[in-house]
Amino acid sequence: ASTLVLGEHENGLIKGQSVSAVDAAKCLSEDNPVSMLLAGSGPSLKEAAQHAASCHPSISQVLVADSDKFSYPIAEPWAKLVHMVQQRDGYSHIISASGSFGKNILPRAAALLDVSPITDVIEISGSSQFVRPIYAGNALCTVRYTGANPCMLTIRSTSFPVPPSSAASQSNEAPITQVDLSTLDEDSIGKSRYVKHTSQDAERPDLGSARIVVTGGRGLKSAENFRMIEKLAEKLGAAVGATRAAVDAGFVPNDLQVGQTGKIVAPELYIAFGVSGAIQHLAGMRDSKVIVAVNKDADAPIFQVADYGLVGDLFEVIPELLEKIPEKK
Amino acid sequence: MLMLLNLLEITKLSQNELPLPYHTKLDSLSSRPRWRARDDNQASTMRIMVAIKRVVDYAVKIRVKPDKTGVETNNVKMSMNPFCEIALEEALRIKESGLASEVVAVSMGPSQCVDTLRTGLAMGADRGIHVEATSVLYSLTVAKILKSLVEVEKPGLLFLGKQAIDDDCNQTGQMVAGLLSWPQATFASKVVLDKEKQVATVDREVDGGLETLSLDLPAVITTDLRLNQPRYATLPNIMKAKSKVIKKYTPQELNVDIKSDLEVIQVTEPPKRKAGVIVSSVDELIDKLKNEAHVI
Repeated sequence: ASTLVLGEHENGLIKGQSVSAVDAAKCLSEDNPVSMLLAGSGPSLKEAAQHAASCHPSISQVLVADSDKFSYPIAEPWAKLVHMVQQRDGYSHIISASGSFGKNILPRAAALLDVSPITDVIEISGSSQFVRPIYAGNALCTVRYTGANPCMLTIRSTSFPVPPSSAASQSNEAPITQVDLSTLDEDSIGKSRYVKHTSQDAERPDLGSARIVVTGGRGLKSAENFRMIEKLAEKLGAAVGATRAAVDAGFVPNDLQVGQTGKIVAPELYIAFGVSGAIQHLAGMRDSKVIVAVNKDADAPIFQVADYGLVGDLFEVIPELLEKIPEKK
Repeated sequence: MLMLLNLLEITKLSQNELPLPYHTKLDSLSSRPRWRARDDNQASTMRIMVAIKRVVDYAVKIRVKPDKTGVETNNVKMSMNPFCEIALEEALRIKESGLASEVVAVSMGPSQCVDTLRTGLAMGADRGIHVEATSVLYSLTVAKILKSLVEVEKPGLLFLGKQAIDDDCNQTGQMVAGLLSWPQATFASKVVLDKEKQVATVDREVDGGLETLSLDLPAVITTDLRLNQPRYATLPNIMKAKSKVIKKYTPQELNVDIKSDLEVIQVTEPPKRKAGVIVSSVDELIDKLKNEAHVI
């Protein structure tokens, strides 16, 4: 076995979820050299390659594709790159995290390689058997891959948490190799162009990887009231999440949505205010370690998954919490 | 990867049932630059294809079958996948704004997919295509069938929902775009067409914000939740839809082999969370979080 991990990087650092993908690769087989493929251009790519070389002890090689074609994570050149590297090296598995980066690129690359990709893997049993949620997590499907190499997976990073110790390991410095792009097939490259990226809020912790998530639902009633959620999140050092109802009502931007079609989170602590608990929302947070629900409707379905429920008016509860919760260290 | 066991139902694209002379004319006009601003008084000839899938209705609480072979779909309400509705709605709006001449809806799966197609026709699609298949269709097969239909229909845009709410795979659009060597914009929350330049500018919902891409047509776009609010079919349109044409194909006729490199071993219920406790006050909650759960 040998695995290629598609690495996502930003500001010269490998994203945590890509490190989780390396961790998932370890579950495929004992003897499984892992190569991480990075693409981009300029100094931040070089820094990311340095980081990749030491970010996980299982990485045995870092492959770097340096070209203006990869300045932005566009699916067309990336899929061609994966195809080319696979033709050359013949990996048994290709993995990425199932964020918007991986979900955009990996299925396209799989089609070029004529294999069926497997989305959102949460459990790996050996090299070809996987568990993934279907129907918004209301059922779990165990599938076996029976096709030719490569077997291509996106993994849910919350199911493959990386212990901080291994992430910090410096003992292993994997070699960094430049990918020869002279044979890259340019067909279809250049038909789409990056225009811009609008990010909403860089100050708070990232929703996907935060230790604590504070979420507000329709019960918040307005964008103004939603600031209470933000204040509480600030006090807890938490990320802010929202239900689809709260996003659709315009309380917060849509990248805060937690659920089947939004972000999937699994923090240590998930606190939901004014969230009824629609199955599509539960799909996005049911794997959280500790779930707290505050809702004035004692029959709200959210209480069925909550470890601690408080039936009460969030407009009283949140100010009281703000007052009584200890400052974060 | 659709794990959709059982009677499965994928729906997507569309096809032409126009009288032959007209059909021929359209095809000859739409060779390479698929649609061209010909004359301001004339409507565009661009065709849009939309893939629609028949799935267990959004509001149904699904049940896993006791023998673990799948999810119960007998006697369960089936509907058009919500993301596919959004895809179809967007195609209809583009046509209504004069930037496209025809919207063709395609669905794949068992005979009941025709019902889903009728819903699409009642929303406003001009024609339907049903690719009849009783076996499980995984994304790769669906993508290959769509590619074949694109070669027949020559649309300038192919819309799909970003994922189906049954298998939650989120793959087919990316895969058909790859097979066609077309540019792709997945997770679209805004689509603006420039008819002169034959370019689509698309806002995509990505982790941490919005990304804007500009794509040369023809292109594949997959739709996210906030792109639009799909219309309801009105009664007159439902009646009208009954006389619209749905063309049938088999995968064999489209030269697509249904083979599968995936095997479903079992479908199970997720582990239940153990019952929690109801606390009576904020003080008790803080105490539990601090001293019992050790999370703050």
